[in-house]
Amino acid sequence: MEFGNPLFNIAIFLAFVVVTLAVVIRVSKQNVTAGDFYHGGRAFSGRQNGIAIAGDYLSAASFLGIVGAVALYGYDGLLYSVGFLVAWLVALLLVAEPLRNTAKYTMADVLSFRMRQRPVRTAAATSTLAVTFFYLLAQMAGAGALVSLLIGIEGRVGQSVVIAVVGVVMIAYVLIGGMKGTTWVQIIKAVLLVTAVGVATVWILALNGFNLSEVLGRAVAEHPDGSTILEPMHQYGTSGASKLGFVSLAIALVFGAAGLPHVLMRFYTVPTAKEARRSVVWAIGLIGFFYLCTMVLGFAAAYMVGVDVIGTLPGGSNSAAPALAYALGGTVLMGIISAVAFATILAVVAGLTITASASFAHDIYNGVLKNGAAEPGKEVAVARRTAVVIGAVSIVGGILAAEQNVAFLVSLAFAIAASANLPSILYSLYWKRFNTRGSLWSIYGGLGSALVLITFSPVVSGAETAMIPGVDFAWFPLTNPAIISVPLGFFLGWLGSVTSSEHDELKQAEMEVRSMTGAGAEKATVQH
Amino acid sequence: MPSPPQGSPDRPSPTPEQFQAVQQSEDFGRLRASFRSFAIPMTVAFLVWYFAYVLLSTYAEGLMSTPVLGNLNLGLLMGISQFLMTFLITWLYIRHANRALDPIAEKLRDELEGEA
Repeated sequence: MEFGNPLFNIAIFLAFVVVTLAVVIRVSKQNVTAGDFYHGGRAFSGRQNGIAIAGDYLSAASFLGIVGAVALYGYDGLLYSVGFLVAWLVALLLVAEPLRNTAKYTMADVLSFRMRQRPVRTAAATSTLAVTFFYLLAQMAGAGALVSLLIGIEGRVGQSVVIAVVGVVMIAYVLIGGMKGTTWVQIIKAVLLVTAVGVATVWILALNGFNLSEVLGRAVAEHPDGSTILEPMHQYGTSGASKLGFVSLAIALVFGAAGLPHVLMRFYTVPTAKEARRSVVWAIGLIGFFYLCTMVLGFAAAYMVGVDVIGTLPGGSNSAAPALAYALGGTVLMGIISAVAFATILAVVAGLTITASASFAHDIYNGVLKNGAAEPGKEVAVARRTAVVIGAVSIVGGILAAEQNVAFLVSLAFAIAASANLPSILYSLYWKRFNTRGSLWSIYGGLGSALVLITFSPVVSGAETAMIPGVDFAWFPLTNPAIISVPLGFFLGWLGSVTSSEHDELKQAEMEVRSMTGAGAEKATVQH
Repeated sequence: MPSPPQGSPDRPSPTPEQFQAVQQSEDFGRLRASFRSFAIPMTVAFLVWYFAYVLLSTYAEGLMSTPVLGNLNLGLLMGISQFLMTFLITWLYIRHANRALDPIAEKLRDELEGEA
C-alpha cells in the first residue's frame, strides 16, 4: 500500500526544525552561567515544566510502538502502556519535591548529599550515563527505521544520513539553547503530539457515536484473531518465560520512571518544590490522556487499516499510527502525524544529551576530578564539549545499531533506572541509616546485575529476534532483568548500610529538613 | 509566570545545628508523620492495584476475559481503572499537601531562613 506524500512529510518536518531552532535562539540570548545551561534559571512554571516532562517522556517508541501493539495484540498493548503512567505516582508521592529541595543540577547531587562525595558521585554519574546512553541509542536507531517509513528514504546510506541530521540538530538545540531552549523544544513537541493524538481520538470516537465498545467491536470483527484480542496474553502469553518476562518488564516500568535521570533533571527547572509538584500533576494529566488515546487509536487502526495491511508496511507495527492517520485524514493528517513522530525523537534525544553532558561536567569533571572547585564557566565549557561528543557517539552508535534489533534498549534503560537509581534515591531521602557503602553497593549492584542478566538473556543471543542471532550464550530466560535486579538493588543498599558504621547525623538532619521544608533550597536565578 | 523566588540570596544559609534542632522539633515531627501517613499507604495501595492487574492479566486470563459491559471485559475495565486510580491519587495528594503539609513546611522554612 502506498500512502502519504514523502515531500509533504519532509516539508512539515523541516518547518518544525526551523520554528524550534528560531525559538531556541530567541530564548537563549542570556545563557551565560552554569545554571542557565543546566536548569534554564529555574524560571519555568509548574505547568510549563509539566508539559516539557510529557515531551521528554513520550518517546516515538511509546507513540508508534503502543498504537501498533494495540492494533496487533489488543489487550496486551493496553497492559503495556499502563505501567508508563502508574509509574508517575512514585515520582509524585516520593521523589519530585524532596529532590527539588535537596539538589542543584543532577541526580548525583541528591545521592551524594550526605555521603562521601567522590565515590558516590562517580557511581551516580556512571549509572546516569548508562541509562541515558541506552535510551539515546534506542532513539537514534529508531530514527533510522522511522524515516524509511515516514519520508520514503530507504537503504543503509539514506538512513545513516537521516540519523546524522537528527544528531546535528539535537547538538544545535543543546549548544544554543541549553536547558531553557531544550525545554521549549519539549513544550512545543508535547503540545503538537498530544493535540494531534487527541484530535484523531475524538474524530474516531465521533465516528462511533462516542461508544468505546463500538470501536472494540469493529476491531474484533476485522482482526484475524477475532475476539481473542480483547483477552490478555495474546502477545506475552506464548510461554511461561514470556509471561514472567512481562511481569519483570512491569516492575522495570513502574519503578524506573522516577529513576530516569533526564526526567529527574527536569525538576530542577522550576523555582520551588510546590512548582515541582504542579509539574508532576500536569505531566500525569497529559501522559494519562495520551495513553488513553493510544488505546483508541490502536483499536481503530486494527479495523481502519487492517492487521494484514499493517504487516506489509515498511516498519511493520510501528507504521500503524501513520497509516491510521492516512486512512482518517489523508495526506495532510498523515504528514502531521509523521512530522510529530519525528519531532518526538528530536526532543527526546536533546533532553537525554543535556542530562548526560550535565552529569559528566558537573559530577565527573567538577565533582570528582576538580574536587568541586572548578570554575563555573569552565564547567559549562566542559558540558558543551561533552554534548558534542555524546552527539557524535550517538550518531555512530545509532547508525551501527540501526540494523540490529535494539527495541529492548528502552526497557533496559527503565530496568537500570529502577535497580540502580531508585533504591538509592528512596533510601537517601527516607532512611536515616543509609550511608556511602549502601549507596555504592546498591548503585553498582543494581547496574551490574541488570547488565549481566540482559547480556545472557534471549534479547542478546539464542533467539530469532536476538541482537546477535546465530549464537546462543543465553542462560537467563527473561527479556527484562528487573524482577531480579530491582530487589537486589534494594537488598544491597540495605546490606551495605548495616555493615558499615558510617553515619553523618548532622548531614542527615540537614538533608531531611531541607527535603521536607525547602529551607536553604536553590532559588530561581532569573526573575521575570 | 512562576512564583517569585523566596528568601534573598545574600542571607546566610542555616547552620547544621539549626537543621538538627528543627529535625528534633515537634512541628517537624508532625510534618513527617503527616507526610508518611499519607504517602506510604497510598504507595502500597497503587502498587497492589497495579500488580493485581498485571498478575491477573498474566495468570488469570479466563477471569479477566469475563464480559462486563458490551465488548469491555473485566480486564479492560481494570486497565482503564488504573488511569482513574492514578488521577484520583494525584488529586488526593494535592489536596493533602495543600491542606496539611504546606502550612507546616512553610512555617519551618521561614523560621530557618528568617532567623539565620
